[in-house]
Amino acid sequence: MANITIDRIQKAFGATRALEEISLEVHDGEFLALLGPSGCGKTTLLRIIAGLETQSGGRVLIGGRDVSALPPRKRGLAMVFQNYAVFPHLTVAENIAFGLRMAGADKARMQRQVERAASLLHIGPLLARYPAQLSGGQRQRVAVARALAVEPAVLLMDEPLSNLDALLRLEMRAELKAVLAASGTTTIYVTHDQTEAMGLADRIAVMHGGVIEQIGGASDIYHRPRTRFVGGFVGSPPMNFLRLPVRGGQVALGGLTLPAPATAAEVVLGLRAEDLQPATPQDGFAFELRVAEPLGSHLLLTGTTEGQLMRVVVPYADGALPQPGQVLHLRPNLDRLNWMDATSGVALETRA
Amino acid sequence: MRRAGALPYLLILPSVLFLGVLFVVPLVQTALLAFQEGGTWSLGNWHRMADDLNFQDAVVNTFSVVLIVVPLQCTLALGMTMMLRHVQRGRDIILWVWSIPLGISDLAAGLVWLAILTDQGWLNTLLFKLGLISGPQAWLTYETPMVLLAGIIVAELWRATAIVFVILLAGVQLLPKEYEEAAEVFGASPWQRFWRVTLPLLRPSLQTALILRTVLAFEMFAMALALGGRNFPVLVSEAFNWQYGNQDYGVAASYAVLVMAISIAATLIYLVALRVPAEQRA
Repeated sequence: MANITIDRIQKAFGATRALEEISLEVHDGEFLALLGPSGCGKTTLLRIIAGLETQSGGRVLIGGRDVSALPPRKRGLAMVFQNYAVFPHLTVAENIAFGLRMAGADKARMQRQVERAASLLHIGPLLARYPAQLSGGQRQRVAVARALAVEPAVLLMDEPLSNLDALLRLEMRAELKAVLAASGTTTIYVTHDQTEAMGLADRIAVMHGGVIEQIGGASDIYHRPRTRFVGGFVGSPPMNFLRLPVRGGQVALGGLTLPAPATAAEVVLGLRAEDLQPATPQDGFAFELRVAEPLGSHLLLTGTTEGQLMRVVVPYADGALPQPGQVLHLRPNLDRLNWMDATSGVALETRA
Repeated sequence: MRRAGALPYLLILPSVLFLGVLFVVPLVQTALLAFQEGGTWSLGNWHRMADDLNFQDAVVNTFSVVLIVVPLQCTLALGMTMMLRHVQRGRDIILWVWSIPLGISDLAAGLVWLAILTDQGWLNTLLFKLGLISGPQAWLTYETPMVLLAGIIVAELWRATAIVFVILLAGVQLLPKEYEEAAEVFGASPWQRFWRVTLPLLRPSLQTALILRTVLAFEMFAMALALGGRNFPVLVSEAFNWQYGNQDYGVAASYAVLVMAISIAATLIYLVALRVPAEQRA
C-alpha cells in the first residue's frame, strides 16, 4: 500500500541537468538501493522524493497519492540523514519522539513507541543523554530509531552508514537489514558503496550521469550488467573489458573462437575476474602477468591479454606465487560472457 | 619541542596594559569618586542623585526604552533573518540596505530623526498635506511624553536593529540545514520548526546579541539628547549634566557606577538564562 512511483522526474540546476527523465517503481515493503558514484543524481532523486528539493518536471506518487506538490511533512515518510541531523538540544528520548510529538500523539503512545524503537536499536540505556554525549555509531542508531518510531510507510536513507568506521558499518548493516525486514517498511537507500547496496537491497538501481543505467537484483547487476558503466562500477575488482575485432561473424580470443554477437567491426567482451579458469594454450587465451597480490583467501592477478588490461581472481593455492612476466592460459566460463557494443557500451542480447 | 617561553606574553603585554590601565584605573577612580565626599567615605553623592528631580524620570525613561526597544529589535531581527534565508536573488542588496544604519553615528541618526519629527519636520508636512493636522504640531515636548517616547523608540529601532540582525544572521548561517530538513520531514510546521529547532539552536547568538544590545541601550545618550533634549532625561544624559552642567563630579560618578551595575546585572541574567549546557552543544 505504500509503493512509490517515480514518473518521469527531471531536475535541472540552472543549465546543469542533474536528472534526466527518471521513472521508477518501488513495490510495497521493498528495499531499493540507489547506487552510483558521487554526482550521479542519487541524492537529488532521494531529496525530490522527500520533498526537500523541487523537481523540474514529473511526478512522485506514494501509495498511489500524488505528493509532487506537497511539503515533506505531508508525504508520510521518514528519513535518515547522512550526518544524522540528530537535534543537539534534545535528549535521545526527545529526538526519537520528535516525529510523534509533531503529529500530536498522546503521551502513552509516544512513550511506547520510543521504548520500542530504542530497544530495537539497543539504545534503551541512552534515552536521557544528549547527542553530544554519544559516539558516532550511537547517534546513527538514534537517527534510525527516530525514523522508525513514527512507523512510516516510506523510509528514505541518505548514505546513513558512510560516516561510520569500517567495522561499525558492517555491524550496523546487518542490524539495519534485520530491523527493516521486520518492520516491512518500503525503503529507498542511497549509497555509493556497492557492498552495502548488494548486501541490503532487494533491488538495486545503478545511476550514472542523471539516468538509471540498470535496475535489478544484486546478482543480475553483478553478472549481467546492462552497460559497460555498471560492469565497471559494480564489483571489486571491476569487470574486465576486452575490445576485440569481429572477423567473418566470429571473434577470436587466443585459441578460442567465439560466435560474434553482432555484425559490427568490433565488440567488447566483459569478463568477471573470477569467471576465468586455467586452461591449455589450445582452449584458452594468453595472460601475461605483471603483478600478483595475495588477498588471503584469493589471489589477485593483474596483467594483460591482447595488450589490454585484465584482472583475474583465483582461489589461493599452496605453493609459490606466479611470477611477473609469466604467461598463463585462461578460459572464460562460456555462460558468463557479457558482450557489449564497442561504441555505446550497451550490452548485446545474446541469449535466446 | 619548541619552547615558547616569555615571548607570547611579551607580545600580548602592550595591549593588556593599554586596556587594563585605561579601563581599570578610571573604573577604580570613578568608584572612589562616587563613594567619597570631601576626602571621606560617604553616600552623599548617592543621596543627591536620588533626591534630584530628574532622577526618577531618568530611571523610568531608560528602562522604558530598554524594555520596549530590545525585545522589539530581537523580534524584528529574527524575522528579518528568517525572511532573508528564503531570498534567492538580490540578497546582497537587501543585506546592504539593512546594514546602512550601522555606518551612521548615533548623533547623526538622532539629527535625521529630529528633522523628521520636529515642528516643521517631514512628518508634520506629510500629515498637513494629508489634511490630518491643521498646523505645526509639536511632538517632542514634555506635553507629549508618550509621543516623545514613541519617537525615540522608532528612531532606536531604525538605528540599532541592524546589529542584532547581523549577529543572528551569522548564527543562522552556522546551523547545518539538515536540522531544519529533519524537522520538516518529521512533520514540523514552519512555526514548529522555528520554535522547536531553529530558535533553541540559535540561543548562543541570541545571547550575544541581547547582551550587546541591552548594555548599549542602557548607555543610550545621543538619540535621547537629539530628540528629547532636557525633556527626556536618561541615566547617561544625567551623568553628563551633573558632570558639565552642575560641575558635580561625585554625582556624575554615581550615575556612571549605577549604569555599570545595571549593565553587569543584565549581562549576568542573560548569561544564566540563555546558557547552553556543554552536553547540548552541537
